Amino acid sequence: MADAVFLALTVITIGSAIAALELRSLIYGSIALMGTLGGIAGFFFLLDAPFVALFQLAVYVGSIAVLILFTVMLVKRELIFNKIEDKRRKFAGIGLMMVVMVGLGAVFLDSGIKTITTDEPAVDFRDIGTDFVTYYWPALILMGLILAGSVTGALVLAKREDVENDQRTN
Amino acid sequence: MTNELIDFTLVSVALLGIGIYGLAVKRNFIRMLFAVEIIINAANLSLVAFGRFLPHSGGQTLALFSIAIAAAEVAVGLSLIIVAYRMYQNVDIADFRSLKG
Repeated sequence: MADAVFLALTVITIGSAIAALELRSLIYGSIALMGTLGGIAGFFFLLDAPFVALFQLAVYVGSIAVLILFTVMLVKRELIFNKIEDKRRKFAGIGLMMVVMVGLGAVFLDSGIKTITTDEPAVDFRDIGTDFVTYYWPALILMGLILAGSVTGALVLAKREDVENDQRTN
Repeated sequence: MTNELIDFTLVSVALLGIGIYGLAVKRNFIRMLFAVEIIINAANLSLVAFGRFLPHSGGQTLALFSIAIAAAEVAVGLSLIIVAYRMYQNVDIADFRSLKG
């Protein structure tokens, strides 16, 4: 059975995920998204993975959520409020959500996952470090290259050429 | 542990469902990015939970990779939003028509 901390984290995570999508203002929505990401970090703490939890807090709550907030601030004020949505599309979406949740949930509840329990100690974070530099080192280098490439690509995409030309003529 | 693997898996399934709902219903580019983030987090939760209960260090390692790649994806996605906003003065994807066949 799940304990009280787990139930509280579940309520926070799922509640703020719904709020992130449904709140009228995008700014409040992105703050609610921070709640979801923080709740996931809490789950990682419960799963004895403090390293991943702190990584999640640093990368997601610390940088991605702030990046999203700044992008929202760059958008015009009237656009960050929701327009009235198509009711039919909304009901179809809720139906799809229910199908996914009930279908996958039933499959998992019916499978052998229910019987898996463990009394073994948690994985030490030193093992993760060893994994990174031994077995996964090509993937680590590739990941670094992808990160550098994507950040450079993002900068190139977001660069304003018209402003630069204006400055040149001035 | 009092919490079992099935509990974490069900939370992950719920988050996946919410994310799919967001992708299907919302027509705002930024909201769709929120939905993608929620789905990625559901996947990470599943990875770490299975890694804990098997137990195997691969789950946490893959989750770390996934978080780093998601950071890159968000950077590119947000810059695409900024470019699209500059071109169309809107973040509603119904207005982004130039790629429509």
